[in-house]
Amino acid sequence: MAHFMTLPEAVAQNLNSGDTAAFEGFTHLIPHASAHEALRQGIKDLTLVRMTPDLIYDQMIGMGAVRKLIFSYAGNPGVGLLRRLRDSVENGWPHKIEIEEHSHAAMANAYEAGAAGLPFAMLRGYKGAELARVNPNIKSVTCPFTGEELAAVPAIRPDVTFIHAQKADRKGNVLVEGIVGVQKEAVLAAKRSVVTVEEIVDDLSAHPNACVLPGWTVTVICEVPGGAHPSYAHGYYPRDNASYIAWDRIAADRDTFLAWMKENVLDATPEVFDDRVSHLRSRS
Amino acid sequence: MIETDFTPTEMMTIAAARALKNTDVCFVGIGAPSAACNIARLTHAPDVTLIYESGTIGTAPSVLPLSIGDGELCDTAVTTVSVPEMFRYWLQGGRVTVGFLGAAQIDRFGNINTTVIGEYDHPKTRLPGGGGAPEIASSCGEIFITLKQSKRAMVEKIDFFTSFGHGEGGDHRARLGITTKGPTLMVTDLAVWRTDPVTHEFTVVLLHPGVTREMVQAECGWTVRFADEVDETPPPTELELTTLRDLNARTKAAHSGAHTGDAA
Repeated sequence: MAHFMTLPEAVAQNLNSGDTAAFEGFTHLIPHASAHEALRQGIKDLTLVRMTPDLIYDQMIGMGAVRKLIFSYAGNPGVGLLRRLRDSVENGWPHKIEIEEHSHAAMANAYEAGAAGLPFAMLRGYKGAELARVNPNIKSVTCPFTGEELAAVPAIRPDVTFIHAQKADRKGNVLVEGIVGVQKEAVLAAKRSVVTVEEIVDDLSAHPNACVLPGWTVTVICEVPGGAHPSYAHGYYPRDNASYIAWDRIAADRDTFLAWMKENVLDATPEVFDDRVSHLRSRS
Repeated sequence: MIETDFTPTEMMTIAAARALKNTDVCFVGIGAPSAACNIARLTHAPDVTLIYESGTIGTAPSVLPLSIGDGELCDTAVTTVSVPEMFRYWLQGGRVTVGFLGAAQIDRFGNINTTVIGEYDHPKTRLPGGGGAPEIASSCGEIFITLKQSKRAMVEKIDFFTSFGHGEGGDHRARLGITTKGPTLMVTDLAVWRTDPVTHEFTVVLLHPGVTREMVQAECGWTVRFADEVDETPPPTELELTTLRDLNARTKAAHSGAHTGDAA
């Protein structure tokens, strides 16, 4: 059964230096507040997993919290490249991270395999693609029925997955709506999970086929309104595209980046997220 | 040079839009492909099914999304599925007729690099990577590509094979067991290119109004092949141009905000 606690307590109890952690969200419901709390607690040496590492992983890499990144698309969607990630990979600042790179199809299948308790995922993928040359975790299997050769990748089994969702009820059941991404798979694949939500309600009022994670599949629930900003929470506030555009300038320079991180992350608290989305709520 | 009242980028987007049919099911890449696909939907192909990799199927946004997962894509979609379902049932399942991609670097056989400039382990520029593209390139019925021409983008030899086009040309796809057509069309800001049915090299079939063969060659890193008969791309109609400019204006208004950075 899910426990209810504050985000600092949840991170302290569930994320350790050296862990393999997924902070998932496919452009929507990205758990920014959780990532910022992890940075405030000084957690290091992480293997971070995510299909689309965008701003939060750029921030965690730039702050030196990451040892290895497992990913499939490392960009600032619609804006450009991730400058802190580039500085690490190209120049070794603050240190060079190890990377394990896949395609989206492979990552999505690997999360699903993790959720399904399988050791690996298979897909008709990577044909002619050079990632198979540089990533030793891309192998192949032969279909025992047709003889077709298919790509195989290891299942993703994070120590802990962080997601953000719209609502939880008082029993800890979680409702995810809109672009649901791989969050359900990422939670079910992980040993532990921390879910931040916009609000805790008496009744989820969910459609019978809605994406609901039963409370007994979730380790911790934290109420953090605005916790996805500048990503969005469908039905609560829209994506703050201007902040994504602004990030390109902030991340371009090491000193500007460090000053921004101190002011907006290290010296902040989870409560600031509510204020950050207040001007956006009327537009949702 | 003919006087024109439209930009090369507008011509590119409109020429790319014309390639989509009303019956197509199209997997949409972000950026230039997204603009072209939505112009198709707003002009001659109102029933085209647009799919974004975030899981939105049959979406009809009023402004162009900044990311492939903006909320409006979900609000206006027929249905939104999870990302694993998107890649398994819909893309791998063979339900997509056209994959519409952009490219950071491309060669004459439609092989695309969006991974690194330079060596993989010690890149000069680390690009975002493949995302959905490696499997879009092999699972969609055929691939359309759109990009602005430059010698930096259109090169003799790409640094990394992110997405396989026609490899070394000829029957290379078939030799790898890939059964889909691969790249069949490329639309740039200067010309419309089709792949040769035998060699599978991109060949210029239409020059945009006012564009010469020399201009196409000047912005391309390989020796350009031209079809035996090269015609002129029909210029944008008033409806096409008005639709595109209205869409761009709505998009610009929607994405600007109080604290927009100066780099976009």
